[in-house]
Amino acid sequence: MQLILESLFNGVAIGSVLLIAALGLAIVFGLMGVINLAHGELMMLGAYSTYVTQLVFKTPLLQPFYNCYVIVSLIVAFLVAGIVGILLERSIIRRLYGNPLETLLATWGVSLILQQFVRSVPLAYASGFIITILIGLILPLIIPKKVHHHSRAYVVKAGVWGISVLFGLLSANWLATSISRIGRASARNVDVTAPMWMRGGFDFLGITFPVTRLVIIIITIISVFSVTWFLNQSVWGMRIRAVTQNREMSECLGIATNKVDVLTFGIGSGLAGVAGVAVSLLGSVGPNVGGSYIVGCFMVVVLGGVGNLLGTIIASFSIGIMTDLIGAGRLISIWPDMPTPLASTVDFFATTSMARVLIFALIVVFLQFRPSGLFPQKGRMVEN
Amino acid sequence: MTLTKRFVIGLSSIALGASITGCGGGNQTSGCSDCDAEVTVGILHSLSGTMAISESTLVDTEKMAIEEINAAGGIKVGGKKYEIKYIVEDGASDWPTFAEKSKKLITQDNVPVVFGGWTSASRKAMLPVYESRDAFLYYPIQYEGQECSNNIFYTGATPNQQSEPATEFMFKRSPAAGKPFFLVGSDYVFPRTSNTITKEQVKSLGGTVVGEDYLPLGNTEVAPIIAKIKKALPNGGVIINTLNGDQNVAFFKQIQDVGITPGNGYYVMSYSIAEEEISTIGPEFLSGHYGAWNYMMSINTDASRKFANNFKRRWGSDRVVADPQESAYNMVYLWKAAVEKAGTFDDNSVREALVGIKFDAPQGPVEVMPNHHLSQTVRIGQITSSGQFRILESTDGPVQPQAWNQFEPSSKGYACDWTDNSKGERYRF
Repeated sequence: MQLILESLFNGVAIGSVLLIAALGLAIVFGLMGVINLAHGELMMLGAYSTYVTQLVFKTPLLQPFYNCYVIVSLIVAFLVAGIVGILLERSIIRRLYGNPLETLLATWGVSLILQQFVRSVPLAYASGFIITILIGLILPLIIPKKVHHHSRAYVVKAGVWGISVLFGLLSANWLATSISRIGRASARNVDVTAPMWMRGGFDFLGITFPVTRLVIIIITIISVFSVTWFLNQSVWGMRIRAVTQNREMSECLGIATNKVDVLTFGIGSGLAGVAGVAVSLLGSVGPNVGGSYIVGCFMVVVLGGVGNLLGTIIASFSIGIMTDLIGAGRLISIWPDMPTPLASTVDFFATTSMARVLIFALIVVFLQFRPSGLFPQKGRMVEN
Repeated sequence: MTLTKRFVIGLSSIALGASITGCGGGNQTSGCSDCDAEVTVGILHSLSGTMAISESTLVDTEKMAIEEINAAGGIKVGGKKYEIKYIVEDGASDWPTFAEKSKKLITQDNVPVVFGGWTSASRKAMLPVYESRDAFLYYPIQYEGQECSNNIFYTGATPNQQSEPATEFMFKRSPAAGKPFFLVGSDYVFPRTSNTITKEQVKSLGGTVVGEDYLPLGNTEVAPIIAKIKKALPNGGVIINTLNGDQNVAFFKQIQDVGITPGNGYYVMSYSIAEEEISTIGPEFLSGHYGAWNYMMSINTDASRKFANNFKRRWGSDRVVADPQESAYNMVYLWKAAVEKAGTFDDNSVREALVGIKFDAPQGPVEVMPNHHLSQTVRIGQITSSGQFRILESTDGPVQPQAWNQFEPSSKGYACDWTDNSKGERYRF
């Protein structure tokens, strides 16, 4: 019992990292059909946002609230990755809808650019840049509508961007001077340290549950529920689903498909940022952090069935549980008197490398029988 | 080819190379004031990609050694004083690139020596290039041994100068003495070879290895490995760690969360964690665990302090020095000594002159052995909360290097000697 519980927890822990990483991709790739190879780099931006947030919370002003920086960083990471995602969509991907191969190459290029960006631009100035765009996009929403329709609207526009650039520069300068560590560019990996309450683990039924893993599981559950709610209950969610199912028809019915595209891509990218927070709690943060997750993300989405959230959830948890069962050699401890030939086979695959090989092989075999994954999408979209 | 002719060709090709690539070492700060000639050497490490973090520290150290030599009057050959110039090439963490850039440095730039490499994979990729052109590579990293090339000079530790004393210490004198071993590593040549040796050694010491696992490069999901360790070592024990780079961060963060700590009787001995890595991972995750090196920044001698202080003065007060950097520093000085002893830059003469050269390194005296490796002092240290090693043990004097491992059955009884034509790369002693 204890063994099964421990195995289940481990599997869920591994699976929830996969799921949170793949959730954004399930939306971008699943609903919009965009093969976004820069998804891993959006995660990386989320992880770096966590690092910067952590350092900001170490300054004397915010020191008393240090313990809750993780919660703040979730929002920051969502915004940062979301904004970069929207910029990406508006500038590049929008022009390539319907050309999956070109999108694939372009986003791969973007991923390289983003990696080099964090290597060669000091984090303080990168943060300033993001703040500039953030203010520049939000400020017009606050200004009353009629100003926009004034004949001198361009003056207002210029003023808004002037203010945002000023704010961006000021905050970049403040960050660079008060936190010297992010004032210089560095290709070096950095480290997010979890606050004290997230360190260690607690014992229950003789099993140690690491707190970081529990936090990640909770973040994943909340994200999945919010996404499900958003897609199924909210007005914009309904529009997104409508555009997914039939773009032309939705357009005819007066849905602003352009806005829907921006929103969908922004949310998908923002979720990648949230995944970045989770990942930063487990390992180190570096320019290459996204690369180690991107293959897993696509694997999960394809296995689950493109365009199906439930499929993604089930796929990531089954991969997680299988990784643990095979890779940690748990099958033998669960069934100790396994016949010898079987036991030696299981033992052969009970290493991390071989477990990966076996899981990939199983997925390939599975996709032979169900090429569209666990839950194939039905309806018009499939016919296109 | 006479030296002058070779030199003229070298210079002209350097000028050509520099004008084409624009990377002809123009940023040297301290030159040699009274030198009357120049010699250009090659530096080949990764300045981009995964390995850049580690390898760029070697470039810094090699530049510093070259600047020190220049400031002290350069290299004295045949009554002339040569100022050392350098060409830095980027191996880009990509092994074929290392081979390609080596070819460029040897044939196009005509450098008499290349200082380069970090990973065993990069060395294996470069080896045929140097052997086929009879050129000379100086390689500064502790490695798995089982190699002895006439065209490579290895200034890092062989397993009997690092992992073997460390295994013995963990089994006999550490707080986990006598307890079982678990081996964790990244999935490539160094950890696998090193662990094969460790397994043989633990067997001969009378201990047990209860498990081993390798994390594929680029994968940071360590949960299955941690589950295995908990199952295999329920009451504490020794973990031998040969993980690489970022994977260490994930590993040490997460083992602490599940209670695999020195306080609970688990001691990790790492072969790839030096001062530089400690500061990246964070001493709070590492304190109490062990490391084994030839040089540690905390060595309390004048030579060691001078090395550390000079490095800080040159590159910034927050920088640290570690074993690989010390090796890189030594090899520049050893090459200088060999050239001066030979009285020429000619490869074959320098290679002959090299064996037997002694040098007072920051770690203490080292000597070049006939198998192109260095005799070095071995130290075992425990990581402190300030990010340094507290040195627990140190061998009485330098340990002789064994290129062919004596625990591994396939190489037992073999040695390497390049001073004797009848012996060479591998002979039975």
